[in-house]
Amino acid sequence: MSIQPDNRFVDVEPWSDTADLSAPERAEFDAPAYALVWRKFRRHKLGLVSGLFLLFCYLILPVAGFVAPYTANERSADHLYHPPQNINLWHNGTFIGPYVYATTAVADLENYRWRYETDTSTPMPLKFFCEGARYNIAGFIPSDTHLVCAPTGATIFLWGSDRLGRDVFSRILYGAQLSLTVGIIGITVSFILGIFFGAMAGYFGGKTDWTINRAIEILRSLPELPLWLALSAAVPSNWGPVAVFFIISIILGILDWPGLARAVRAKFLSLREEEYVRAAEMMGAKPSRVIRRHLLPNFMSHLIASATLSIPAMILGETALSFLGLGLRAPAVSWGVMLNDAQNLASIEIYPWTAIPMLPIIVVVLAFNFLGDGLRASLDPYNS
Amino acid sequence: MPLLDVSSLTIGFGKSDPVVQNVSFSVESGETLALVGESGSGKTLTCRSVMRILPATAQLRGGQINFSHDGVTQDLLKAPERQIRALRGSRISMIFQEPMRSLSPLHRIGNQVAEVLHLHQSISAADARQRVLAQFERVGFADPARAWSSYPFEMSGGMRQRAMIAMAMISKPDLLIADEPTTALDVTTQAQVLGLIKDLQAETGMSVILVTHDLGVVANMADQVVVMNKGRVMEAGSAKAVLGAPAHGYTKKLFAAAPMIPAVAAPARTMPHGDLILDIRNVTKTFALRTSGWRPPALITACRNVDLKLPRGKTLAVVGESGSGKTTCAQIALGAITPDAGGEVLFTPNAGEAPLQVHAMSKTQRRSFQRDAQMVFQDPYSSLSPRMRVQDALMEPAEIHRIGTRTQRREKAVEMIRMVGLSPDMLPRYPHAFSGGQRQRLSIARALTLDPKLLVCDEPTSALDVSVQDQILGLLEDIRDEAGLSYLFISHDLAVVARIADEVAVMRAGVIVEQAPPDTLFYNPQHPYTRALIAAQPEPDISRPIDLDLVAKGAGSPADWPEMFRFKDETAPALRELEPGHMVRCHA
Repeated sequence: MSIQPDNRFVDVEPWSDTADLSAPERAEFDAPAYALVWRKFRRHKLGLVSGLFLLFCYLILPVAGFVAPYTANERSADHLYHPPQNINLWHNGTFIGPYVYATTAVADLENYRWRYETDTSTPMPLKFFCEGARYNIAGFIPSDTHLVCAPTGATIFLWGSDRLGRDVFSRILYGAQLSLTVGIIGITVSFILGIFFGAMAGYFGGKTDWTINRAIEILRSLPELPLWLALSAAVPSNWGPVAVFFIISIILGILDWPGLARAVRAKFLSLREEEYVRAAEMMGAKPSRVIRRHLLPNFMSHLIASATLSIPAMILGETALSFLGLGLRAPAVSWGVMLNDAQNLASIEIYPWTAIPMLPIIVVVLAFNFLGDGLRASLDPYNS
Repeated sequence: MPLLDVSSLTIGFGKSDPVVQNVSFSVESGETLALVGESGSGKTLTCRSVMRILPATAQLRGGQINFSHDGVTQDLLKAPERQIRALRGSRISMIFQEPMRSLSPLHRIGNQVAEVLHLHQSISAADARQRVLAQFERVGFADPARAWSSYPFEMSGGMRQRAMIAMAMISKPDLLIADEPTTALDVTTQAQVLGLIKDLQAETGMSVILVTHDLGVVANMADQVVVMNKGRVMEAGSAKAVLGAPAHGYTKKLFAAAPMIPAVAAPARTMPHGDLILDIRNVTKTFALRTSGWRPPALITACRNVDLKLPRGKTLAVVGESGSGKTTCAQIALGAITPDAGGEVLFTPNAGEAPLQVHAMSKTQRRSFQRDAQMVFQDPYSSLSPRMRVQDALMEPAEIHRIGTRTQRREKAVEMIRMVGLSPDMLPRYPHAFSGGQRQRLSIARALTLDPKLLVCDEPTSALDVSVQDQILGLLEDIRDEAGLSYLFISHDLAVVARIADEVAVMRAGVIVEQAPPDTLFYNPQHPYTRALIAAQPEPDISRPIDLDLVAKGAGSPADWPEMFRFKDETAPALRELEPGHMVRCHA
């Protein structure tokens, strides 16, 4: 510091004017956009945990049959409405590894229901990597090895059994295969339609924009639930479960795209005004090139976030349709189909575990919402 | 005891080094202190910490800000939120840079200004209205009652900034903080707003902290100057001392870069109009504005009867305020907008060839025109796609036109990036890591990859700091001479244009009002609007204050100009050649 005679302050530290013209000014941004988004998303703990959880859920889908002790439609006629069982480790003070007790059904003629008596004298250890009923890994590789099976003479109903004596836990795993993929297929359909129409409307404007907008408005003015019901009811009842599944997901997608198309259009309208888009146009780039190289990469992240937020709606849609008996039908297993059995309040009161499929629905929907929220918060990585 | 005393203020973000470091200054009552610096110098953070409106992630790492009022001294950094609220708007008030965004669009101007009064004192609605109207009159609203019931979108930028000033002044603060109050305004409006702040200050005796990057503004306003760079004070002292004889290297550098209108001893020779690369003939463009209800659309004439001739290898500048039609002209010249019938644009890529009609080209002609004519945009932050690496952006033009192989395109990109003074190390990086100046260089490099003949520059330096602006202008000059380019240069700043242009056309209200080589224009400005532009240019010299009378005379509407130049609506007089190469729009 120095104070000059005329009461002026002049910094005395050496100062030079030789700035490196090519050095990045904000070195922390010297990375591709996805790396910056990831850097920001990583700090969003709830979103990160939800994302990992969903990743785990989807990774488990192809090997659901291996994890589940039973197959989806394997019945145990002696164990109808069996309550959830505990897995124990210690018996009379000695460690003997995971085991269950055998149970026997007793007809309770007073309340007119099944009661189960547990034989606590003999622990029956669980079998691991054992042979059980046949299933297909990822739908086409036959196998009969299960992670865990019930010991002979006992059962393993972690979350109880339903009215036909099927294991609720195993069915939830099988149901996830349909319930979780319905959202993905539906969102793909909705994505393709939404991007196509939204991009046309936003980029070309004028008459195209007008027509697409009016079509969207008409579609959105139709009452959604009755439309779902009508379309699903129109699916021929003699179609196989897989065909019904695909048609349901496509119906969900077709009804979802207008919202996405609007988001795409709005984003396009604002991105169009960016100077790099005008620069490309003035250099002679064709519309398809401008859309592909400049517009799409710049709003893909927004789309992914909004897609993540609309998958839950699809999952809930499928569940609602199946719950009402208009979606998937037995023998297909989905969470909605399982809840179909829990329609009766009386049965929920006596056998509360039949309503357990609600839990995964709630958890997965919440996880998608948290993930989408986290993604949305980290979309714009350039403001710290 | 000074009114405001800031001592060793230090502010930082996260774990990194402080962005404001040991800043100290004090403001005496009635005095104007200018905080000068380029973007990233920490001047805005410093003044915001006085109001305690720092971003949530900023950490105050030390220092004191003592504010004395009514015989009490308070440390603003430690005072409870409640006391700060009582000071904000009543004892200390602030004007922001962007008048478009600092007023609520859903409230009438009058209500917004009156709100300040209701917040700080109990006052009846009628009294508040009366005081606001009086204040409106003082800040120069011709019809205060109308201003009271207007919404912000009904007003121009200058009027909104006046409303902001009225809001800041209504409770007679001791200290006014003005954060780049005129950066978003045209020069003539800037001069008037600065004059207004000065008048109000003389009237009320308040102190002003003026944050700015423009030494010219400082020279016109400040008593004390604090020059900041990278968060540190470089030089501080009285305006007379600092501006008269800058002692620090950085201050000297800012001075050297400040654009100035040169003092000219003699008019320039006429520019020969022989071999034209671009010839804009009698171009008029009318836009239809949608109106409410079933009424027919309103017609807005963006530019009228524009004739511009750009000789090969020269620079033609079009100067005017926002809304003068200069950008429309540029877009018409590039074929992005079609002019109304009767106008035409002729482009002659090589000397001696037959001219091409820009708005009636075949597909192949259009493709070659798109190679020969390129554009440099105004905002370096939006002209490069954030998702494309620098090399992809530089290779894109050649890719669109299918020129060369990938290796050749890459070599060209390397050559271009060297040509604009950058290193090829930047190629694999993303543009968001770079500063505005670096990005502007990159977008110039992109425009040059196709070896164009004509470059249209749409305010290429108006978003940049002065020292960077200086470098970019130098670069543009070098490239023009090296590659034999012709420039159509659009700008709102006469001083910038003075440096680079061979001929200047001054536009106002959609017509060219005066056209001449810059030296002729500065030697003998004829039109009142040109004179106002020249007079309004703030110069970093305290002995040459802005002549507000001259500004007011020319900057008003064309209907208020002196008899000889006056016109209304469509009845503009013809451009007359007063002397060779000097055209003025006036009655005979």
